Order: sequence, then structure tokens, then C-alpha cells
Amino acid sequence: MTTSTLVFLLAMTAIFIVFMALGVFWAIKSGQFEDMEGPAQRILMDEDDPMLPVNQLDENGVANKSKLQ
Amino acid sequence: MNETAEQCYHCGQPVPQGFQYRVCIDDAEREMCCRGCQAVAQAIADNGLVEYYRSRTAMPASGQEVLPDELKKLALYDHPDIQRSFVIDAGEHSKEAVLILEGITCAACVWLNERHIKQLAGVISIEVNYASHRARVAWDEREIGLSRILQEIQLLGYNAHPYNARQADQLRKTQRKKDLQRIAIAGIASAQVMMLAVGLYAGAWYGIDPNTVHLLRWFSLLLTIPVATFAALPFYRAAWSGIKSGHLNMDVPVALAIITAFGGSLWVTVMGGEHVYYDTIGMFTLFLLATRLLETGAREKSVEAAENLLKLQPAMALRIRDGQQEYVPVMDLLVGELILAKPGETIAADAVIVDGVSSVDESLLTGESRAVAKQVGDSVIAGSTNLEGPLTLQVSGVGENTVLAGIVRLVDKAQAEKPEIALLADRVAGWFTMGLLAFTLIVGLTWLWVDSSRVFEIVLAVLVVTCPCALSLAVPAALAASGSHLIKRGILVMRGHALETLAQVNHVVFDKTGTLTIGKPEIVSMVNSGVLDDARCNTIAASLEQASEHPLAHAFIRRVEGAILPAVTAARNSPGQGVSGEIDGVAYTLGNREFAQASRGDQSETRIQADFPGATLVWLCDTQRVLAIFVLADPLRADAQAAVAALQARGVSVSILSGDGDAAVAHVAAQLGVKNSHSRQKPQDKLAVLQALQAEGKIVAMVGDGVNDAPVLAGAQVSFAMGTGTDVASQSSDIVLLSSKLQDVAVALDSGKGTLRVMRQNLWWAAIYNLTALPFAALGYVSPWVAALGMSISSLIVVMNALRLR
Repeated sequence: MTTSTLVFLLAMTAIFIVFMALGVFWAIKSGQFEDMEGPAQRILMDEDDPMLPVNQLDENGVANKSKLQ
Repeated sequence: MNETAEQCYHCGQPVPQGFQYRVCIDDAEREMCCRGCQAVAQAIADNGLVEYYRSRTAMPASGQEVLPDELKKLALYDHPDIQRSFVIDAGEHSKEAVLILEGITCAACVWLNERHIKQLAGVISIEVNYASHRARVAWDEREIGLSRILQEIQLLGYNAHPYNARQADQLRKTQRKKDLQRIAIAGIASAQVMMLAVGLYAGAWYGIDPNTVHLLRWFSLLLTIPVATFAALPFYRAAWSGIKSGHLNMDVPVALAIITAFGGSLWVTVMGGEHVYYDTIGMFTLFLLATRLLETGAREKSVEAAENLLKLQPAMALRIRDGQQEYVPVMDLLVGELILAKPGETIAADAVIVDGVSSVDESLLTGESRAVAKQVGDSVIAGSTNLEGPLTLQVSGVGENTVLAGIVRLVDKAQAEKPEIALLADRVAGWFTMGLLAFTLIVGLTWLWVDSSRVFEIVLAVLVVTCPCALSLAVPAALAASGSHLIKRGILVMRGHALETLAQVNHVVFDKTGTLTIGKPEIVSMVNSGVLDDARCNTIAASLEQASEHPLAHAFIRRVEGAILPAVTAARNSPGQGVSGEIDGVAYTLGNREFAQASRGDQSETRIQADFPGATLVWLCDTQRVLAIFVLADPLRADAQAAVAALQARGVSVSILSGDGDAAVAHVAAQLGVKNSHSRQKPQDKLAVLQALQAEGKIVAMVGDGVNDAPVLAGAQVSFAMGTGTDVASQSSDIVLLSSKLQDVAVALDSGKGTLRVMRQNLWWAAIYNLTALPFAALGYVSPWVAALGMSISSLIVVMNALRLR
């Protein structure tokens, strides 16, 4: 492997690292690390339970998304 | 009916005999323990949120009954002056606020709240943070008011309070984000540097082109620059402030090691030489940052929970000016102004009564719900509740000049006088670091004389290997781990040193009212004169008491829950004495003996008094006869006996301090099997008893709840406050029992012992590791990367050992 190949590979690595760092910074900035426990638990809760009034179809066959008051 | 029917389906408490509270959930009738739980479960079922019961992993608190009064108070949160302090305008008509949610026990609670609030018309978004128990809610003010949102949350069995996101909180958030960024940089960079280092080490062994070595070193340098400058910045700052203030802290050798390694490697990279240590820098920084983040994370959890205790109360007062009544924020009140306190309202300022007769509940100060009669000329204290009649008050003190604020200042002073264990640890660390640096210097000078080419490598190895990380982590890691473990059980450790001291506690002092007892009077017995049957007497008494705000009144109404009460005509409320009125044309009176005009020949009072020491007697009479006598007393908490027994089983002696009369205190002490009890104690007497115990060499833990306990709580070596107690008590204590379970005291004692054990193990391990590794490093047998690995592993062992406490 010549030195020039190595320079090319390292340059690629550098670009990759910069993107990785930017991605992680964006994630931190957007608050993805603020609640470390909630999201893991939330995925277990069913949102599409047909028993929920919000998910029941009205007589026109349209999902009943009208808000309760 | 199966066995589980004995437990409340909602909260898991045992279902009392003879009550029928049922809700149909999942096609089956479920038993509930009380009307509060029934209401909450019904609300959950009606809104199609039954999924909650399937997914929850922990039981919630028992549902509390939502009283119309509390709903009225919630309406105050809609007042623009009150909202100013915690509501953000997110856009035209849309508002945003942070709410503290009380009663979140598992992820299903989060789901339940989000689900339910989201479906209200006018709510734009709601997001509940499971870790901090806070909700960020946005709503359209044209369609829904904040009070409605708070009310809906209350209907689900949770309590919501607006939270004033203060500067400290904001600061902590940005700090945490910065910390995460530093870790990300250190992590990404050190992973890459490590890969390059593998190339370099392999090259050194198998042979490598010098140009390639050069290239790899420069690339490593490029990657390490952000680590050594940005990521390691906190170490430099802490070290610099340590040096500036004249005492060396643990960060000094850390900063020194990083700077030395970086400077040396830079020199080698530019000028050529044997070794670069970029991989060491990356690993060292990353590991230190990560352990610190773990530790602060656990600590912040306690801080957040502590902040959640400080509720933002609506501080409004009804001011009378030129005959006009107007709600104004309390801070706008001036001394001498007139305010009106309606029955059921909290009195906003210290004041003197200029018109009206009533009684007030000063439980904020005493921890005991008892009506104190007040008339024109008497003074009332800010924070007490007006119970019976409207009072016109002249303000005599507001804000910092109130009695309450004075007590808070007293507590602060008592706290400042506590021994600072942390200070001692700091001083020891200073000496340790000094010795370390001196040793490194000696080693460096010796090697300069023996073999100058190896000086740099060896000094670096010594600095890294002796890095007191394990030593400095030994205590905080254990404290943080057991603190976050306890918080899950509802025990909030407010001050770190408390856990250390807990391990040595050999005497526990309990306050009586509100701590060992519930603090609210209940009807414990009833003596019927035989004219009417029991049920009829109960309904008559409850009907008469309906109009009263007196704390005793609730006991009567609770007793006939759900029954239809007959209408009362000509109802009259005589503050401090009792109530009277006509039911179905018959006049009845209910109140103390004189008021009820009980016949003097009746001897039953003395007999009952003997059976129930310290009880209050309430007489129900018609115009001629005594119909019944109700015995009201403050019952013991359900787990008081078990808690005292658990402590005594651990060889901890127990005593009771109370402001109550001899008979009542002796009665409670006898019930609990406590030999040592003191009655009629004023706050200063309590403090004197406490100091006498301490003078005997006892390590005393105090458990209390009222403002009157606050100075004693601050004076004890360790103090517990009940979560249901007053804010001042919670703030002056070291540990808050959020769920108000007395048995948690014993749990906390055990946990304190465990923590101390782990702390000792950690300190021993760290000391042994450092002392063993040091000679090898000094003699040149340890290369810097091995030193960094050893340092990391030793710290990791310390942290893992602490995590065992969970």
C-alpha cells in the first residue's frame, strides 16, 4: 500500500468522522438524551388498540378522531 | 371471588370490609379500596385507557377524592398574573408550561397522562419525561384553560403543579448537553486513535515504513486536538480553580497527565522520537468523563426530585380597597392594607383580624390539623387556612417578614452549623495530591539521573497509574448508586452525607402528630345513648357538619360516604364550638359539651375519656337529650407499629417527642411499645432533648413533618421528613419519605449500612491498587497505555461495586 493510498483512506475516514460527530451533536441538541428511560418503555404501550374510543370507526367508516370534550 | 379481590384493583391496598366500591374493567367487576380509587378507575375506564392496567409495572398511590374546593383553587392558575411566572407564550393564543406530575410510578402512568390529555380539545401537545416526572404541555388558550388540564390530570389520580423552570434548571440542562458533547468527541476520536495505535504498535513489531508512521502520527494528532482541548476542558478548569484557591484537588494530576502526554506526543510527532501517547489521552479522558457523567446523572435525579417538592402555589390575595374587592398577587400587598380571607382559603400574609369570627388551621406550623378559634384582634399567620367564617384582615407582614419566613431562616442557620464531612474529604484529597506530585517529581529526577531517555515515559506512567480516580470515585459512586436506588422506593436523599451517617444511627426520635399518626382526626368510636340507631346518628351528624370547614367535620362526612344526607334548615355555625340546625323539623346541636347543652348528670364522658386518652369528644343532642357522643382521635399510621418494631429489632432505640398532652402521648407510646416519650414539648424543648441524647453519645435520627419540627430536624445528625408534611420540614431534612411510609426509615438505615460497607470496600480497593501499581510504574515496568488501562479497570471496578447497591 503506497502512502498516497493511505492519505486517501485517511481523508475518507476524516470526512466520515466529521459526519459522525455532526450527527451525534445534532442528536444531543435535539434533546434525544434527555429522557433515557421513557422511550424504551413507551414502545411497549399499544396505541392501536381497537378498544380505544379514538380508534373506533363511526357509522361512516371513518376513524373517530374527533376530540373528546 | 378469588383471593386477589382482597386488594384494591387500582392501588393494591387492602380493601376494607363492608365497603362496596366497584368499577367494571375488562368485563369484570373490580374491587376498589376507597371512593378516590373508584373515581380514578372509573375515569380511566370511561376514557378507554384500560390498557394502563395491563401495562403498568408498579402500583400507583391511592386515588384521592377531588374536593370541589381544590378544583376552585385550580382556577387560580388561569389568572394571568399567576401565569406570568411559569407560562411561556409559544405563539398567538398558544401557551406552554412545564408541569410537575406527582404520583408517576411506572411507564404506564406516563402513557396514561399523555393519552388522556392529548385527546382534550385545545391541547396542542403534551410530552411527559419519565425520568424527571415533568410534563411539557402546550395548549390553545381560546379552547381550554390550564386549570382544566390540571383538573383532568387530577381525575386520573395524579397531581400536577406548574413548575417554574428556573435559571438553575436551564443551566443544568445546557451543562448536561455540553458534557454529552464532550463525551461524544472523546469517544469518536479515541476509537479512531485506538485503531491507528494498533497500526503503530504492530508496525513497531513487524516493521513499518517511516513515512507511514509519520502519517499515522499526524492523523492521530489531528484527532486528539479536540479531545485535549475541548473534551478535557473541565479538568483544566477544575485544576486551575483548585490551584488558584490554594488547595490541590484531584483534577490537578489529571490535567497534568493529559497536558504532559499531549505536549510530549506533539514534540515526538514534530521532531521525531520513540513513542506517541495519543491513545492514552483518548482513553483516559473518555473514561473519566463517562464516570463523571454517570455520577452527576444519578445525583441530578435526586436534585430534580427535590425540586419537584417545591410546588408553585398560587399566591393570590383578595384585597379590599375603597370598598372594591380585587385579586392581586401576594407580593403586591403592603403592610396595613385590608384583605379578605374566605372560608377554605389560605391566608396570604401575617395579619390581624379586624372583622369576623372564625377558626384557622395552623397545621402548616404545627403539623396537626386542629381548628384554633380566632376573633377580632387576634393575629393569624401566613400559610394557615381559614376554616369557618369570612375574615377581614389587616396585613402586618408579607413575604420575608412573616413568621414562616423567620422559621425558614432559623433552619438555614441550624444547617450551616452542621459538620461538613465533605470538607474533610477535600482536605485529605489535597494532601494526597500533594504527596502524589512530590513523589512523581522525585521519580522524574531520579530517572533523569539514571536514564534520561526514559524520564518522560515513566513520569507519564506514574501520573496516569496513580490517578486518584478510583479513590475519588469510591465515595460518590456509592452515594449516587444507593441514592438512585432509594428514590425508586420513594425515599429521597437530599444531602449526600446523610447515607454515611445513617449507618451509625442508634437512636430514632419520632414526632407524634402527623408522623406516627395520620395528623387528621378520625371517628374512632361512638357511644349511642339508645334513642336513635347508629346509622341515623351518623347521618344527622354528617348533615350538620356539611356546612363546616372544620377539620373534624371531614371525619363525620367520610364516615357516611355515599349516603344521601337529609337537608338541614336553619343551619348555624358557631366557630370554635359547634354547629346546629334543624332536620325534618327537629333541632339538633353538634359540638363540644357546653355547646351541645349535654345534661350535667351524664357521667359517660369520664368513662370514655379513660378509654381513649387524648381524644376529642363531640356531643350530638336534640333539645332534650344526648343522642350520641362521638370519639375523635388521630389514628396511628397503619405501618407505625411495624416500623417501630423493625427499628427495635435492629437494636435502634426509639423515643417520641410531641407537643401534645401527656395522656395522648403515653397512649401512643404504649400502643407502639416505646418506653421513652416526652410530651408538651415546644420546638426549643425538643431541641434540648435531642442535644441531651447527642451528649450521651447517641447518633440520632429525627423523623418529623411540621414546621415546628424544622429546627429539630436540622439539629439531628440525620433527619427524615414525611412527604405529606410541610415544605419547610422537607427542606430542613436530609431525607424525605415521599410515600410517607414509616417503614422506609428502617429501609434507609439498612441502605445506609450497605452504602458504608461498599464505600469502605471501594476505598480499600483503590488504596491497594494505587499502592501496588506505584512501585512498578516508578521502576519503569509499566508503559503509559498499560497504566491507562489499569487506571480504567480500577475505576470500573469501583463503579461496578457501587452499582451492586441497586
